[in-house]
This record gives sequence, structure tokens and C-alpha cells, in this order.
Amino acid sequence: MTLRDILNKLLGRQPASAAKARERLQLVLAHDRTDLSPDLLDQMREEILGVVAKYVEIDVDGGEVSLETEDRMTALVANLPIKRTLSGALKLKEQDTENSN
Amino acid sequence: MKSVTSDTRVILICSGKGGVGKTTLTANLGISLASKGSPTAVLDADFGLRNLDLLLGLENRIVYTAQEVLEEKCRLDQALVKHKQEPNLSLLPAGNPRMLEWLKPEDMKRIVEMLSNEFEYVLIDCPAGVEDGFKNAVAASKEAIIVTNPEISAVRDADRVIGLLNSNGVKPIQLVLNRVRPKMMESQEMLSIEDVTDILALPLLGLVLEDEQVIVSTNRGEPLTLIGSQSPAARCYSNIASRLQGEEIPLIDPSKEGSGLRDKLRRLMQTKIF
Repeated sequence: MTLRDILNKLLGRQPASAAKARERLQLVLAHDRTDLSPDLLDQMREEILGVVAKYVEIDVDGGEVSLETEDRMTALVANLPIKRTLSGALKLKEQDTENSN
Repeated sequence: MKSVTSDTRVILICSGKGGVGKTTLTANLGISLASKGSPTAVLDADFGLRNLDLLLGLENRIVYTAQEVLEEKCRLDQALVKHKQEPNLSLLPAGNPRMLEWLKPEDMKRIVEMLSNEFEYVLIDCPAGVEDGFKNAVAASKEAIIVTNPEISAVRDADRVIGLLNSNGVKPIQLVLNRVRPKMMESQEMLSIEDVTDILALPLLGLVLEDEQVIVSTNRGEPLTLIGSQSPAARCYSNIASRLQGEEIPLIDPSKEGSGLRDKLRRLMQTKIF
């Protein structure tokens, strides 16, 4: 935090806009580079969740499917916390789910 | 004039978005390269809305264009407009705004081959957009300079163009970040140099500082590098030309621009305290 940030807070001003620009740009570029609209990404997310859910029980709310981009390489990153396998015997990532609760 | 063709550097100057400074960069680099001893041609590939002639002050001297050369209505040297004060620089407009026949990529290639026989540098001022005019210019180019501003719309369009250049085998592609405002960058109200180079993942050929003198020089039709100006943008253009010629010149540090009390206070405000 800089003096300016503090001053901005005290005066109730908006924070500096470059960070916002960077964030918006990275998001829009990830979509531009893959030619995937947010709608298509949502649809893909639903289908991926559907497939995974056939094999393991996942924490749908804690899950995330997104596009990340670095050095002009875009990756589809799915982070799906597994509650347990559907065979029931094995409790995967038990600690993770406890932490999130 | 040169006789060896293979080592002519054919450089596309493009941006995707319009109004970011392609033509101004082309004019200033052209003059600067020429004045540093390299025979240089600037080719205005935008024949619908050409402006390079205006920036160079050559608008009244155009008789023929690349199209007449291709149709063999005139010779190349008749169409080339030599700059009076900088005879090492010549301008060739691709076409006439009233032209009915559109040029094709092969036409552009032929013209650039002809120019390569005569010049050390061929700078192609690319039209904005990614349509036919852009495709023609890309087909004739070996390497590229992407011009962008530290604004999200310009960076987004630059990214799209980089993708297209990559898939057309144009390389190397280098970046010029134009209209840099040091004060806004320092107060983090403008994308930083690192933000832009990280996002576009291109080597930085140079920065150009925002400078009112650019408008003044455009009014006069005399590029800053022609009149030996020492204004901020003029120094930046000249540095970029030198780097193209292989000299190692350090980048201007925008945060060091300005040393008055206000600038010191501004820097204090940016110091991280926790």
C-alpha cells in the first residue's frame, strides 16, 4: 500500500485504474485467443462437471473452470475439489473439504 | 543504391487499431533511418485512406502510385517520391483513393520485391483493421513492428494482430509502446510498460513518450526527426531507428522524466510503506 492508496481511501476515491485495466484485459484476451465466448465456456463447464460427476462426487460450488493465459499460451484450468469417489470407500481430499466448510 | 536484394529489411508497421501512431512512427523512422545513412523506402499500404504523404509533407508531389507501376504505365523511379531534405528517403503510395481495382497480395509482393532491389529498408505503413488491406501488407512483409498504446482497446487489437502475424510466419515481431505518459503510469492510472510487454509477450523495441510536438510537426508536414528536434518523442524515434540498425541503446526510464518538486512529491506518494 502506498501513501496515495491511503489518501484515496481516506477521501473515498476509487483505487488506481491500471490494475482494473490489466484484469479486464487478461480476461478478454483469454477469450479472444481461444475464440470461446463466456456462454460457450459455461456450457463446457457444465459438461465437464457432468462427466467428472459420473466418477467422483465433486464440490460443485468450490469448483472452478477458467481460462488462464501466460506468454500467449492459454490453458483451460479446472479446479474441482473431490468430496469422495462414488464407490464410497475412499474419501479423497478429506482435509480440503473440511477446510472449506 | 543497393544491388543485393536478400538482406533488405522489409518491416511491417501495424497495430490493428487505428489512431495509435503507425503512420507517425513510419514517417519518423523512415526519416531517421535515411539520415543515419540507410537508403529507405516507405510504402503507404493504406490506399483508401492514405496519410503518410501528409505527414512527410509530400502530398503535392505524388503523380503515380504502385498501381501504375504494376500496370506498367510508369517506371518505379517515376512513382517514387524522393524527400527533398532527406534524399535517402522515398515514398511510394500503394494506390489512389479513387482506385477501383483493389490490389492483391501478389501485387504487394511484387512491388516490395522491386523496392528491395533499391533500398536497405522498406517500411510498410499498414492500414488499420485485419481485412484485405492488412492481408496484402502482411503477405509482402518479412518482419513487423507492432505499435500500441497503453490502453486496453489498443492492446487487445495488437494481440489479435500478433496472432495473425504468427500464423503468417512474420518474424521477428517487436513492440513499440507509443504515447507513454510517465505521470499516469507512476500513479498507476495507466497500464505499465511491463503490463503491456507481459501480456503481448513481445520484445520491446522502444517507447515513445507522449509529446505535443508530434501534433505541431504533423501540422507542418515535417516529422520531428527531420528537423533535428530534441523533444521527448523525437529522441524516442531516433533511438528506435538506431536499435533497428543494431545499436544498443538503453530504454528511456519514464519514471526519471521530470525532476521538479512536483515530480519528487509524486514519487514519494508512490513509495510502498507497507
